[in-house]
Amino acid sequence: MSADFLYIIEVILNGLMAGVMYSLVALGFVLIFKASGIFNYAQGVMALFAALTLVGIQTGQIPFSHLINAIFGTNMHHFGWQVPTIIAILLTVGVMVLFAIIVERYILHHLVNQEPIILFMATIGLAYFMEGFGDIMWGSDIKTLDVGLPSGGSLWLEEYTLGWAAEGENYYGMYLDKLDMVASLVAIVLVVSLTIFSQYTKTGRALRAVADDHQAALSVGISLRTIWVIVWSIAGFVALVAGIMWGAKSGVQFSLSLIALKALPVLMLGGFTSIPGAIIGGLIIGVGEKLFEYSIGPLIGGATENWFAYVLALMFLVFRPQGLFGEKIIERV
Amino acid sequence: MKFTKLATIALTTMAVSAPVVADLVFPSLSYRTGPYASGGAPYADGYADYFTLLNERDGGIGGVKTAVPECETGYNTAKGVECYEATKGDGALTYQPLSTGITYQLIPKTMADDIPLMTQGYGRTSGANGKVFSHVFNFPANYWSGASRIINRIKEENSGSAEGRNIALVYHNSGYGKEPITTLKALADKEGFNLTLIPVDHPGQEQKSQWLQIRRERPDNIILYGWGVMNQVALKEAANIRYPMDQMFGIWWSGTDNDALEGMGSHGYKAATFHNVGSDFPVYADIQKFVVDAGLAAGDGSNVGTVLYNRGMYSAMLAASGAAKAQEIHGVKDITSGMMRDGLEALDVTDALMAAAGMPEFGPEFTVSCSNHGGPGDVGIQQWDANDRQWKLIGGFEAPDTKLINQLIKVDSEAYAAENNITPRDC
Repeated sequence: MSADFLYIIEVILNGLMAGVMYSLVALGFVLIFKASGIFNYAQGVMALFAALTLVGIQTGQIPFSHLINAIFGTNMHHFGWQVPTIIAILLTVGVMVLFAIIVERYILHHLVNQEPIILFMATIGLAYFMEGFGDIMWGSDIKTLDVGLPSGGSLWLEEYTLGWAAEGENYYGMYLDKLDMVASLVAIVLVVSLTIFSQYTKTGRALRAVADDHQAALSVGISLRTIWVIVWSIAGFVALVAGIMWGAKSGVQFSLSLIALKALPVLMLGGFTSIPGAIIGGLIIGVGEKLFEYSIGPLIGGATENWFAYVLALMFLVFRPQGLFGEKIIERV
Repeated sequence: MKFTKLATIALTTMAVSAPVVADLVFPSLSYRTGPYASGGAPYADGYADYFTLLNERDGGIGGVKTAVPECETGYNTAKGVECYEATKGDGALTYQPLSTGITYQLIPKTMADDIPLMTQGYGRTSGANGKVFSHVFNFPANYWSGASRIINRIKEENSGSAEGRNIALVYHNSGYGKEPITTLKALADKEGFNLTLIPVDHPGQEQKSQWLQIRRERPDNIILYGWGVMNQVALKEAANIRYPMDQMFGIWWSGTDNDALEGMGSHGYKAATFHNVGSDFPVYADIQKFVVDAGLAAGDGSNVGTVLYNRGMYSAMLAASGAAKAQEIHGVKDITSGMMRDGLEALDVTDALMAAAGMPEFGPEFTVSCSNHGGPGDVGIQQWDANDRQWKLIGGFEAPDTKLINQLIKVDSEAYAAENNITPRDC
């Protein structure tokens, strides 16, 4: 095979895996939008907050230590212990559930029956609050996230594919990041679990009922408040998974909240109400932007991925305004 | 009751926003929040702590206390300009915005308001031409001298020549990241190396395409002009593709403690610097005693001695030296921003001055003049030692390709003068 052809395959595979990383973020948006019609602007910050909390618990960091030290003149930063990863993850999930309860009780509960734009604005406020709260709680320094995930290219794959190129061509083997491969597996498990949960459990069916029609769901005794807490908790868990995968790449720092920007074109393309849409949308965006950067990028100065993802999403929107898998909204007059 | 509350709020607001009378005011346009907070916070700590040290140890500058009111920019240009407008009326002597974007916006404003703008290692490189940019001071080094010094280092490591080498510039796709392109293109023509430009969009969290390209093209050297998360991801991706780290060079904004990876991933990575590394200088003992131990530190003291803290502190020291010079020239202690500008323009940073400040050999010697606000542009090279987990200076502060850079500065600054109807000063 020619090296150029192999490079295109490499770009496509890496694009697919980058797409999975985008999908992990997009999933959280979809879950909340599906159940409550809220576009949760705070989803990126939730990923940041979850990752900060995980590292903080794992490394035995004292929450609010800067504040405590400033008030009491102490100099304490760590408890002096390390918490095993699995326990730290479970405790972080607990924190995200607590967060969901607080959001429902102090924000959503007071905004029932408000216009969607009001709820959207509330999530903008929530995002800024959480960013500041996370800063005060855990500090703004960059934290290393070590949950035992592999990193680096797969040497096995590189060596296995080294001989695929025609003789005399400059080819160094296929490159795939091990972390991306793990992220893909995690995403598959996550989507299958969410699908099973929503199809085959009582709570899952209640979630779908609320998503279809709030009023009808209420009339058959489904508690909207409980459902919202469950949905925000699941979105918090998905945010934690996204935070772990992205945080493992770059360290946990405040720019992590900006990963939400990568999820928006995915949502536009896949639809705001479809879990498979979030995955397929992510894959299309990932492959599309990487192929464009590979083929056209060098001709126009590069750095095309950020804007091309949106162009791609807009092109799909022209033909399917509700997104590839979104529900077509028909409003009768 | 309502009136009392309103009166209290009004009085409190007045007390907070009133100009700080009889202090030498050095506003700090900092960013402790947002995606670049991990870089902005240690710099702001160093900047504030040095002035606190002067107040506590020396009673200020020439007996006048200093004040460092902070305004949060979030590394956002619009907010930075708002901060400038909000604080300039409080007797501001100079501004150091730590952002090239904000710097570009403030250049005409500071000129009109007669307030000097100090941009140590960032901002508009051609601001070094004092004839055109009367209020910009970008000593002791700039982006172009940094790029030139890196090329010189590559030449040193390759028998004195960079001819035929493939060098890739991986840069933040912003005004900052694009600054060295002109210089590197000119140097590529002169030295005979091939330059590949690889931009990375803000914030740089996802760089797979760029590093797949690097893996395919295998450049002999990489020059990194990144900031924030872009640096960490770039170094991680470089380690992932097993790029030889000692062939990779960062500008000083890509050579901080934040940018060193855990473990041996970034061992051997090099970066340009315009100041020394570590905390083995007498000034740190004073900072510990008068600032940190006294509970007056801007942060929690954990950043003391890190690269960005050092840079903030060094910038504060240069600003304080400019203020002292202004007091000396004008014979008054309560100087104005115009006097501060004169002081900076007459600054003579000698080894003796640095030693007296408790910072011997912390930075290069340089002299500022009416025509030269950039100094000689001497730059050192530091290298990350993962075994000791610290940066080590591996080359002295050496001059870049001064002739070429001065020519580029002349062309760019004259173009700016023509566009903005500025008559260059005769000096």
